[in-house]
Amino acid sequence: MAELNISERQSGDVTILDMDGKITIGEGSVALRSAVRRLLEEGKKKILLNLAKVGYIDSSGIGELVSSYTAINKDGGELKLLNLTQKLQDLLTITKLLTVFDVYESEADALASFK
Amino acid sequence: MVLEWPCLFLVTQATTELRFASRIEAVDQAATAVAEFLSGAGVSEDVIFGVDMAVREAVTNAVLHGNKLDETKFADVSLKSSPGSFEITVHDQGQGFNPADIPDPTTEENIMKTSGRGIFFMRNFMDEVDWTINPKGGTTVRMLKKL
Repeated sequence: MAELNISERQSGDVTILDMDGKITIGEGSVALRSAVRRLLEEGKKKILLNLAKVGYIDSSGIGELVSSYTAINKDGGELKLLNLTQKLQDLLTITKLLTVFDVYESEADALASFK
Repeated sequence: MVLEWPCLFLVTQATTELRFASRIEAVDQAATAVAEFLSGAGVSEDVIFGVDMAVREAVTNAVLHGNKLDETKFADVSLKSSPGSFEITVHDQGQGFNPADIPDPTTEENIMKTSGRGIFFMRNFMDEVDWTINPKGGTTVRMLKKL
């Protein structure tokens, strides 16, 4: 089984990536990067990452979230995060990145927040 | 003789020493060894999470930044349990670095950087973290968690 499985859904012009597994150095980080870059190439710039089933993330994975956020913003898009686990929320808090990312607990609220 | 990695060199009741080839896979292997070492020790889930995180970051630094994924170089990991504490050392064969040169990733100018949070996590999750740079090459990071 892959370290990180990513399923894609569409809701209007928002692409939702349901992520299941670990976002860690190597395969997990690369999978996230590839998915986001591919969406941008397809012109899909409103991206919601559903992290409910991401049980583990390391500094490389957090770096990849930052990299994705920057790449999408640079392309005029928006990246938002949905359903953070408590551990991930704690990591984003201590790194002060919780103030950077737009984070939601409800998919409906997250979808409504896109411009 | 062909060795399978990781190599288990020494196991006593309170100490385990392991050697890993410089591959990314060493990160998971080391974390698994630490989890086994801590299992049954009555350690809280939060402590296990923090130690796991710190070990992964330390081994990542050793194989990636220290040994630069050169598979002729090794990362040596030592796990030592003492009453009231758990100590991990990770030794690489790289050129070494000055920990004081690593910028704080939480300051405004660094917060959006895509790397540089590994040592921050190690310091955050462990009670003591220090580095020894061998003038002849190699860096050893020692991390201690009070239990």
